[in-house]
Order: sequence, then structure tokens, then C-alpha cells
Amino acid sequence: MSAPAQTRIIFKHIDETGYTNDIECYLRNGGYEVLKKAVGMKPEDLREEVKKAGLRGRGGAGFPCGFKWSLVDRKSGKPIYLIVNADESEPGTFKDRYIIHQDPHQLIEGIMISCFANDVKQAYIYIRGEMPEGARILEKAIAEAKAKNFVGPNILGTGYSCEIYVHRGAGAYICGEETGLIESLEGKRANPRIKPPYFPAVLGLYQCPTIVNNVETLCHVKHIVDMTGEAYAKIGTPNNTGTRIFCVSGHVQRPGYYEFPAGTITMGQLLNDVCGGPLPGRTFKAVIPGGSSAKVLRFGERYKGKRKVGAEMVEYDWGVEDVPMDFDSLAMIGSMGGSGGVIVMDDSVNMVEALANINAFYQHESCGQCTPCREGSLWMKKITTRMVHGDARPQDGALLKSVADQIPGRTICAFGEACSWPTQSFYLKFKDEFDGYSEQKKTLPADRLTIV
Amino acid sequence: MNLKPETTARIDEVITHYPVKRSATLPLLHLIQEDVGHISDEAITWIAQKLELQPINVLEVVTFYPMFRRHPIGRRHIKVCRTLSCALRGGYKTCDTFKSEFGVELGAVSADGEATVEFVECLASCGTAPVVMIDEVLHENVDCAKAKALADQIKSEAAARK
Ligand SMILES: Cc1cc2nc3c(=O)[nH]c(=O)nc-3n(C[C@H](O)[C@H](O)[C@H](O)COP(=O)(O)O)c2cc1C
Ligand code: SF4
Ligand code: FES
Repeated sequence: MSAPAQTRIIFKHIDETGYTNDIECYLRNGGYEVLKKAVGMKPEDLREEVKKAGLRGRGGAGFPCGFKWSLVDRKSGKPIYLIVNADESEPGTFKDRYIIHQDPHQLIEGIMISCFANDVKQAYIYIRGEMPEGARILEKAIAEAKAKNFVGPNILGTGYSCEIYVHRGAGAYICGEETGLIESLEGKRANPRIKPPYFPAVLGLYQCPTIVNNVETLCHVKHIVDMTGEAYAKIGTPNNTGTRIFCVSGHVQRPGYYEFPAGTITMGQLLNDVCGGPLPGRTFKAVIPGGSSAKVLRFGERYKGKRKVGAEMVEYDWGVEDVPMDFDSLAMIGSMGGSGGVIVMDDSVNMVEALANINAFYQHESCGQCTPCREGSLWMKKITTRMVHGDARPQDGALLKSVADQIPGRTICAFGEACSWPTQSFYLKFKDEFDGYSEQKKTLPADRLTIV
Repeated sequence: MNLKPETTARIDEVITHYPVKRSATLPLLHLIQEDVGHISDEAITWIAQKLELQPINVLEVVTFYPMFRRHPIGRRHIKVCRTLSCALRGGYKTCDTFKSEFGVELGAVSADGEATVEFVECLASCGTAPVVMIDEVLHENVDCAKAKALADQIKSEAAARK
């Protein structure tokens, strides 16, 4: 079966010739009409639409957005903040970048609707430090929107006022974790906070109720309010509504970003039909389906079990190519949809070396608060680096596993899971390569690509 | 601190973005680093005073975030992505090309003061790997030939200045 056509909602204007990121172009394309509609509605009705839509967060966890908004403490008397997570730093993920650079007003309209729906008077966009141009584009877009009275005091004559400021990070991945982000926005080291008690919805920025949402999530809100939650829920599949943007990188013919109704495309269709298949003379070996923390899938393995389709339980027996690319299916086979970053590796890659690359990332990015994460990520990096550049021993794989197994569940934030899943899954699925690396290393082509 | 007037103006403006002054720590560090090139001891004390903090509150931030640096670097800052998607597409070779073009090791300043080459982690442009940021500009699909061309361009711009 060939792949369905793309449905571009969020990326509708990305790479469109003649489409520019200024407000005039946005207005010519119907921009800010949805905000005008939204400010005529009741905030609680807007929140209800987002709930009905079944929107799940696009930052990584897939948490239901409407439910998140319902947890916000609205009785505390403190101001409510909204933070836009534009830290985009999960390896393999590159979608927010294009929204920010090419269609910033879509994001700003989404932010303003979400702020109005939640009685937020102050929003911050936390953008990663390595996107200086993106920060400038957003600042310009906010100024343009202010000049037209879509942002700032007394928006569209409603008496409702809300400001947006851009805040730049400075190169630390952990600022993507929402409580680390909040600490960073408070001017501190981005050490994530312990939950409970510091759930952002209750004790977030400046100990006030705070909503943290990903860039793409807030863009979806605009389209939900435009078409109604009910209509939005019809896109995609039940519990995986709307569209998903897949960012495909690594060893395929046509890497890039592709937007499809959630759950309507399989991994095989995405990689073969949409991305043109493997590079010449190569075959696919492994794929990480949802950003580098997601557990790796090995081509050739099979997933079997029962799943719910409508009201019935049906059996499934899938290869990697057959897996539908939605949150629930990927979770069912033991990985995750995460941020939509799909990293593909072909048969030229040695898995010990690929893991060594990933481990170096996590060691560099651990904030260092929790001993299992700080030390564990360091040991995993040291072991895999030694295997590649020094002496590899047959027992190294088992040693790696024993370190990785002691991290998850014992840390302040989900980075503990994120840094151990690659090692756990690589070893589980490519045990042969780890256990045999000391021998195999001698026969690997000396001129192979260095990846660590 | 000897800052450009526009830097001082932007510093005073950015502090008004936050109900708590301390939040302006990162913005001030960025503004000062953009103006002066790095974060000196003097800058740390100056920011602490400006935001009514202790110098340690600023220093601990500087040492946490990879983008802030305590020492001057080369005139051009070449940051090659090291992470998996770029590595799978030849990022390490791209980095080697820059290193040999400028005759430097990672993190060092070239003899002529022109360039510093560094590895950085995923720049969120993995679909056009390998990628390189030179100062504030992202360059995509930088294979060895393109790396050589970029290095040549930097060198000729340096020669034109002399
Ligand atoms: C280690 C770590 C890194 C994260 N990085 C990002 C990121 O770069 N961008 C992002 O939007 N969310 C990131 N998240 C998820 C956020 O914590 C948070 O769940 C998300 O911003 C919520 O928005 P959403 O519900 O709209 O997805 C990260 C989480 C963890 C644990
Ligand atoms: S799990 Fe790691 S990144 Fe998260 S708080 Fe602990 S040390 Fe920091
Ligand atoms: S891995 Fe290089 S940009 Fe993401």
C-alpha cells in the first residue's frame, strides 16, 4: 500500500514560494481571524474545544493538552503564566525551527488564543540559544502584532491585555524539561524541580500556576478553535488526533519534515514511499522513532499482541515497517512517538559506535543533580567510548546494561529515563554486536565513517 | 564596564520584561558577551550588582550553560554539530576539515586569531545534516567540499581586512 498524501495544517505555508514571515503576508492568508473569533468566545468554552479535540502535546510526552489546562490552579489569586517551549533540542527533532523562522505569526496567534483561554496576562517564549535568528524573527513578529493590537494592552478592544516576551536559552538541553526551563527563566541553573510538589500547573514560574506547551502544540490550538474541536478530532485516529509532523534524518534518500494525519501512515510507508528508501546499495538496520531518547527498533524484529480497534480487541503481528506512527502504537511496541524525530541507520552503521555517539550527548547534557544520572551517564559514555577507541571486552555490554538499569525511576526528572533507554534498548536488540564487538572491531572497514 | 551605549540601553529595557530582576541574568550575559566577546570577572560582578545578586549567582549560571565563555575566542566561531544525525552524514569529517583548514584543535584559537572550531550538540536541523553554525548563521549540508569553501571564504575575508 502506498503512502497517503500529506495533510499540511501546521506546515501549510512552510517552503511555499512567496510566503514571507511578516504580518502583512500572514494577514493576506487569513491571519488573526481565529484570534478575533476566539476573543468573542468564553475562555472556558475555548478550553472545552481543546479538550474535545483530544490534542496531545507535541513536545515529547504526548500529554493531553486540554487536561493539562484543566489542572491549572485558577483559585490561587496569583497570576497565571504561559511558557512556550521553543527549546527544540531533542536530537533528531527539527520542526519548531521552521514554524519560528517561516511562519512565526501562526505561533503568536496560537499563543494569544491559548493565553486568552487561560486568563494569562504574561507569556514567555523560551527559545534555545542556538537560534539567534529565530529569536529576532519572533521579536519582530511580536512587535508587528502589537502594532496591530493583537498583542499588548486591550487586545482588539476587549479589555483583555497580554504581553509576550522572548527569552533565549544558552545551549543546555535540559532547559527543554519544563521545570528546568522554569528555573532557567528565573535566571538560575536549569536544575529540574522535584514533582511533587512543583507541578508547573500549581507551583511554576515564580511559584505561580504555569502552563508549559511546545511550539507546535500551540499552533494546533489555533486550528482547533478555527475548525472546532469536534472537526479536529476527526483528523487522525481516535486518541491520536490531528496531524503529526515527522522529522526524518539519517540514512534515507530524502530526509526532511512531513505532516500526516496521526496514525494513518506506517513506518515503512514513511521511510520507503515518502523518504525514498535506503541510500543506494544499503538496507535499513535500525530506526529511533521519536527523538534520540526513544527506544531503538531493529529491522527484522516482530511485535505481536492484541490491540483495541474500535470496541474490539484484535491481534497484531507487525514488522518495523508495519507499525502505525502514532503515540499509542509506538508505545505498544515498547518505544515512543516522542517529539516525532525519526533517526534512521543503515547497515553501514555499527550499533556500539552509534550508541557511543548518543551516550556522549547525554553525558554532556545531564544537569548533575542526581547521582544515578550524573554518574551513570558518564560511565555509559566512558564504557562505549573505550569500546570504540580503546579496548573492548566481551562483558562490556552486560556492564553497560547494569549501569543503565540503575538509573530510571531514581532521578528527579525524566532525563534519567531518556539517558538509559538508548543503552538498554541497543543492548537488548543488538546484544550480538555488543558482545562480539571486541572481535568484530578487527574486521570492520578501517575507512568507515567516524561517528564518535 | 565599558559597554556600547546600545548594549546599556538594551540591558535596561530587558530587565523590565520580568517581575523578578534575577530572571534577566541570561539576557544580560548574552548582551554582554555579544558586545565584549566573553564573560570576564568584571562582567560577573557588574551583572550581580545590576540585578541585586551575589556574584556567585551569576558565576554558577555562566559555568552551567555551554554558550557562555570565560575567555576570548577566535574572530569567527565555527560550531559543527556532533550529534547522531549529523555524524551519520559525515559531521566528524566536516569538523576535521575545519580543524585542518585553520590548523587548530577543538576549542583553541587559530594562530592568526581568526577562528575557533568547536563541536556542539544537535542544532535542530538534522534533516539537512551535517550542519555547521558560523557565528550566528546556520549552514546546511556541509560536506567536506562545502566546509573547504566556507573556510576559504573566511580566510579571504580575513585577508581583505588586513
Ligand atoms: C530531558 C527532557 C527534554 C525535553 N526537551 C523538550 C524540548 O526540547 N522541547 C519541548 O517542547 N519539550 C521538551 N520536553 C518536554 C517538556 O518537559 C514538556 O513536557 C513539554 O514542553 C510540554 O509541552 P506539550 O505538552 O505541548 O508537549 C523535554 C522533556 C525532558 C524530560
Ligand atoms: S535526572 Fe539528570 S538531568 Fe534530571 S534532574 Fe537528575 S541529574 Fe538533572
Ligand atoms: S544532529 Fe546535527 S542538527 Fe540534529
